[in-house]
Amino acid sequence: MPTLTVDGREVTVDADATILDAARAAGVEVPTLCQFDGLEPWGGCRLCVVDMSQANWDDDWFKVVTACNHPAEEGMNVVTDSVRVLETRQIVLDLLLARCPETPLVQKWAREYGVLKTSYTPNPEPDDCILCGLCTRVCDHIGVSAISSINRGWGREIAPPFNEPPPDCIGCLACAEICPTDCISYTNSNTRRTIWGKEFEMLRDPRTGEAVITREQAEHFAERSGIPIAYFEKSDASKRREMAKTFERLGQLK
Amino acid sequence: MRIESIDQFEALRAQARESEESRTQQIHVCCGTGCLAWGSKEVAEAFASEVAKRSLDASVELFVKSTGCHGFCERGPLVVLQPSGILYTKVKPSHVEEIVEKTLIGGEVITKLLYKDPVSEERIEKYDEIPFYLNQVRVAMRNIGRIDPTDILDAIAHGAYSGLAKALYEMTPDEVIEEVEISGQRGRGGAGFSTARKWRSCKAAPGDRRFVLCNGDEGDPGAFKDRSIMEGDPHSVLEGMIIGAYALGSHEGWIYVRDEYPLAVVNLTIAIREARKYGLLGEDIMGSGFGFDVKISRGGGAFVCGESSALMRSLEGKTGEPRAKYVHSTEKGLFDLPTVLNNVETWAGIGAIIEYGGDVFASMGTQRSKGTKAFSLVGKVKNTGLIELPMGTTLRHIIYTIGGGILNDRPFKAVQTGGPSGGCVPEELLDLPVDYEELTEAGSMMGSGGMIVMDDRTCMVDVSRFFLAFLEEESCGKCTPCREGLKQMLHLYDRIIAGEGSNEDLDLIERLARGMRLGSLCELGKSAPNPVLSTLRYFRSEYESHIADKECPAGVCRDLTAFVIIEDECDGCHACFKACPVDAIAGVVKELHVIDHEVCISCGACLDVCPTDAVRTLPKIVLKNAEVV
Repeated sequence: MPTLTVDGREVTVDADATILDAARAAGVEVPTLCQFDGLEPWGGCRLCVVDMSQANWDDDWFKVVTACNHPAEEGMNVVTDSVRVLETRQIVLDLLLARCPETPLVQKWAREYGVLKTSYTPNPEPDDCILCGLCTRVCDHIGVSAISSINRGWGREIAPPFNEPPPDCIGCLACAEICPTDCISYTNSNTRRTIWGKEFEMLRDPRTGEAVITREQAEHFAERSGIPIAYFEKSDASKRREMAKTFERLGQLK
Repeated sequence: MRIESIDQFEALRAQARESEESRTQQIHVCCGTGCLAWGSKEVAEAFASEVAKRSLDASVELFVKSTGCHGFCERGPLVVLQPSGILYTKVKPSHVEEIVEKTLIGGEVITKLLYKDPVSEERIEKYDEIPFYLNQVRVAMRNIGRIDPTDILDAIAHGAYSGLAKALYEMTPDEVIEEVEISGQRGRGGAGFSTARKWRSCKAAPGDRRFVLCNGDEGDPGAFKDRSIMEGDPHSVLEGMIIGAYALGSHEGWIYVRDEYPLAVVNLTIAIREARKYGLLGEDIMGSGFGFDVKISRGGGAFVCGESSALMRSLEGKTGEPRAKYVHSTEKGLFDLPTVLNNVETWAGIGAIIEYGGDVFASMGTQRSKGTKAFSLVGKVKNTGLIELPMGTTLRHIIYTIGGGILNDRPFKAVQTGGPSGGCVPEELLDLPVDYEELTEAGSMMGSGGMIVMDDRTCMVDVSRFFLAFLEEESCGKCTPCREGLKQMLHLYDRIIAGEGSNEDLDLIERLARGMRLGSLCELGKSAPNPVLSTLRYFRSEYESHIADKECPAGVCRDLTAFVIIEDECDGCHACFKACPVDAIAGVVKELHVIDHEVCISCGACLDVCPTDAVRTLPKIVLKNAEVV
């Protein structure tokens, strides 16, 4: 359990904690865009940079690192608001604002760091994707890997293979739900769902008639968990009804 | 036949040496990529058929050997005759009969094929008397040009695997690491991390499975030292890796080669196959009980895969993107297991360090950078090619003595070292002794060992833009500062070279450079601002000319430069007329030619072809002002 200092506040954290965990424990806010608890840190957006000095370094020797994936270590001194850290975050936000000038989340963070208008050449065809990679990472994490990043450099984008409806997609919407700028579109109806240009049939709860899950997602979950497919077909309302019945029975037994 | 003991190895080596020595007359034809492009394959074939034709004459036994790159690519195809050491340059198949007849049989030197020194203007007969070679010390490249890279016995005759034999039979793994430590060798891939320290850190990592990798993904424009080593002496790389594996207790390795190096892939593949056949790779190497095998993985053409973590992801079959890491790959590398990744040149030096001793290597070089270093010398220099020198050699010595000076004796402006992420070193620093620290202090870096020499007709703003454009194309796009920063940096440069830049743009460039340096995920983005910052540091006035005066002092940037023909100098040769791609030049033979500025696209083709130096550059603004008057 290492003890370290974040902006002068001493905290003790778990052995596998990151600097970001330590900062949060110390009540210090470090901005993040590509970080999501439960997914392996990726270090792509570079907004969470902090200055860090290790216990055995000279006192005035600091290094800029990303808080999201750097291990918190014993005796470490972390400074989250040094001049160069703030300038680096400002530059990152200024650049993101050039790519996504109309995206509320980017505007909000940029404003917070004093960037009201980008200093750079704005993207002539802006969309809301900040290339944080959360969608592809969550898709990998679920064990599907239906989408990925394509191209490189500035031309990087998120797409299914060959820009065609992805054969491996199970229509679970995890990518759309994790997206911090809500830029992955989909449609839902009581019978059908469409995402990434692929259409899915919805399984409906046999009792309530509600659309609950795509057939592909139910099969994927059933296969991975060993739980029968019928379990995943149940809607929330249906589960509540079952729960109510259980309590009723428990009451009678008493 | 498999070698099953040290005695068998020594017997094989003695036999190979004997057969090498029995070849009284040898013709070494350089078949490196440079000479092949000049047509050396045809030259080698011509020699082979000429020799076959004359084999009836028993008085002279001739042996033709296709070797790897001799380094002097500028003068190819190169032919070296042994044992006389005569070097013939720019040899064509039509010269072959004459060479065999006059030199090999008659003992007479053909003067016209000898190298002419650009400094003394003298013809030089012997290979090792030419300043280009005379001033070199070859360790990693010790056998390149001397051996046939596809013949393992030839390599063994020249000492290949002797270091390995010594390591396996006379040294413990720890003694091997100690020897490497004594040598002081640092990574030749650019960062200059101590080889021995890297090995120790990997060895100390827990676990019994670890990997040994070779980085052959040399991607810097103008750099080709690793290619020449893999092509010309693949056994030196294998030997180094086996010794490293023995020291580390590793049994699996990969060589990651870019697929744009087809000859390197072929020669490495042959070398691996031959080494396995002789029991130098695989189980029970040389009968020592130690086993190690290596596979080749071909890169798909992404520059960033030369970065260690991206290379390992690519080897794992994933997208070749760097991984943010604060744990060394020596502890968690390929497949999250302890891994040592060294550059081709680093591995190639290991065999020699073990065979001759670390102290010999350490006796060369500077205080902090020991040994020798390979460089690819290119650009506006008379003798371009591949060289290896002790660390600490000055840039002036490299460019003027070995390189023979600047092409057409124009004034020197700068030398760009370390590849696209390196920096430009100006004339006032020509006496800088080349080592890791000195180059870093000068705002550049050792990097891949590329050296691009530039003359006064190079615009430093344009050069920086060139390297930025390369990196922008190669950035993987994972992290914001590199992906967005390089794109925006290019926008800013485009404004400046179009004469639309402002002083605020310069401030923005410097600020963005700081952000990329601190904020980027991997070294590609972190070092991308180097060409920008080093040219701003040493050539700021050129930027200011573009901004304030709307002038490109070197006459390169098209939007700012016009071309004119000087009346008194033009002899009406018509060469510019023919060269102009847009028909902007009017004139008939033997009369004055004139450029139409309305049509001219300022490509400079006329200036390049004009034999009388009649085409000159002029700032467009001067032309415009003249029109107004």
